[in-house]
Amino acid sequence: MNALDWLVLLGTMLGIAAYGTWRTRHTTHLDTYLKGNRNTSWITIGISVAATQASAITFLSIPGQGFESGIGFVQNYFGLPLALIIVCAVFLPIYRRLGVYTAYEYLGNRFDRKTRLLGAVFFLLQRGVQSGITIYAPAIILSTVLGWPLKLTIVVIGVVVVVYTVTGGSAAVNLTQKWQMGVIFAGMVTAFVVLVSKLPSDALHIAGALGKLEAVDFSFDPDKRYTFWSGLLGGLFLSLSYFGTDQSQVQRYIGGAALREGRLGLMFNAVLKVPMQLFILLIGALVFVFYQFQPDTPVFFNRVEWQRYVDGPDGAKFRALEEKHAALHRVRQESVQAWTAVRAGADAAAEASARTRMVAAQKAVDDVRREAKAAISAANPRASVKDSDYVFIGFIMSQLPHGVIGLLIAVMFAAALGSKAGELNALGTTTTIDLWRHFRPLAGRDEARNVRNAKGWTAFWGVFSILFAVFVSFEENLIEATNIIASLFYGVVLGLFLVAFFLKHVRGTAVFWAALAAEGLIIALFLLRTSLPALNFSYLWYNVIGCTACVAFSLLLQAVLGGKTGPGNASS
Amino acid sequence: MSDRPESTEAEAEAPRVPGFRTWRGVYLFVFGTFLLLVLALALFSRAFA
Repeated sequence: MNALDWLVLLGTMLGIAAYGTWRTRHTTHLDTYLKGNRNTSWITIGISVAATQASAITFLSIPGQGFESGIGFVQNYFGLPLALIIVCAVFLPIYRRLGVYTAYEYLGNRFDRKTRLLGAVFFLLQRGVQSGITIYAPAIILSTVLGWPLKLTIVVIGVVVVVYTVTGGSAAVNLTQKWQMGVIFAGMVTAFVVLVSKLPSDALHIAGALGKLEAVDFSFDPDKRYTFWSGLLGGLFLSLSYFGTDQSQVQRYIGGAALREGRLGLMFNAVLKVPMQLFILLIGALVFVFYQFQPDTPVFFNRVEWQRYVDGPDGAKFRALEEKHAALHRVRQESVQAWTAVRAGADAAAEASARTRMVAAQKAVDDVRREAKAAISAANPRASVKDSDYVFIGFIMSQLPHGVIGLLIAVMFAAALGSKAGELNALGTTTTIDLWRHFRPLAGRDEARNVRNAKGWTAFWGVFSILFAVFVSFEENLIEATNIIASLFYGVVLGLFLVAFFLKHVRGTAVFWAALAAEGLIIALFLLRTSLPALNFSYLWYNVIGCTACVAFSLLLQAVLGGKTGPGNASS
Repeated sequence: MSDRPESTEAEAEAPRVPGFRTWRGVYLFVFGTFLLLVLALALFSRAFA
């Protein structure tokens, strides 16, 4: 990075944060602090919802996913539009009508205090642990590639986001996220244009022939990782839990001048989210084509990590792998060129033969990449061998012009700050509203004290996440832990809300114990997965099992308890 | 609960989007857009397979 890159990076990152802090420095009303300005428009809400979901990992990992497996990953988002329609039609009108600050307040209103606390505690446990990982995950990749100290990167991201989130609350989060999304959009479009300018005209055909453009798979094969059906069903459960019950999202859309603003903001995401993810995946697939024509394509894209092994005691083995990869890469290059030469011709047999050779050459390169990863694992069993996260950032650093590099690094930081701000805002709000104000109802009537406490709790979670990221020693492959932690709780919390909305006869005591039993079941399944192979299924299923168990146990317990339990349907 | 009075806005509030009189229409449009996108993606995959 040169001076121009630094200017672009610091100008956008610090400029947006300073602007947000300055514009919202006089936020003194609790409603504005927790929900944003009352005149927030649907477009601001829509952008804020998108920015909270799109973390830095989205822009680091998803192009890598496109590079590695193609654009089929987009199917994972197919449940999202349907989930957002359900949130708009069912969840949002109830939250708005009750004027709640948090989703868990609704549980208190519908059931009782203990169920509200249970929902809030599940959220704080899950998000609190995740908050350290979500700051660590982009920091480890950026610090490795840029050569910055890891702890300093974590502290810089953390401090910047804490300052403006604490100062202006939701108003600052909404305002800054709008500008951050502008930076992200500008950066990704620029990267796409530069990338396309470096590709041959038949880039899409090459990507397609090598299996990177298989977007939709309607088969019912359970062995296939991404299909239309698994994306529709699994994505529906995940998105319904995330958008409907996770306070970091609920907080983004319950504000605004009217119900219409929240609804249109969510519909904006329902229409644009899938094309946006597709665009990022397509960038990854095109980066794959780009590397077909590069002479120095690496065998392992985390070059810093790889160099450590090349320079280590088993260096000869790693250098041999490098040479083997270089030779196979040359064969692949030739086979791609041979196929493109006959592709548009009339000789179908020659085209089929050239395509077979190209696919075989690609498989040989994939095999040597697997060998390289196995060699790393043998040298260091704790090392992460997932190098796809480094593909796009490596392309940025080596292929883009100065100034654009700064802009793209700013994209990563803007995404990290935007999603982190939404998370801290939600953690601070839930702690203030569902815990502090709940246990201090008299103090909770003092508006100024409420705002001070909300700021204090937001700062607490910010400092907690920075310290957690700095002092807890994560293995990089534990980044997946964020998804696992979410899946341990999301299903049960969704079950709580589905019972609240649709099973009017079920009351507080039944659903409370049902949720605890369902959570116990999920944790038992998770702990037993190593000793019982039958239980070693994808963690995404915990969402479905947790939700189903919570609903089923609630019905069962309500049938046993009959009308003996407490409050039931005060407001729904 | 928040201290401010409950909102009086009706659930059936009009979307005030040109061409749409009800929210059901908006939802159908979004769902239709999704189906069209899936169809376009399937055709795209086939074109470049």
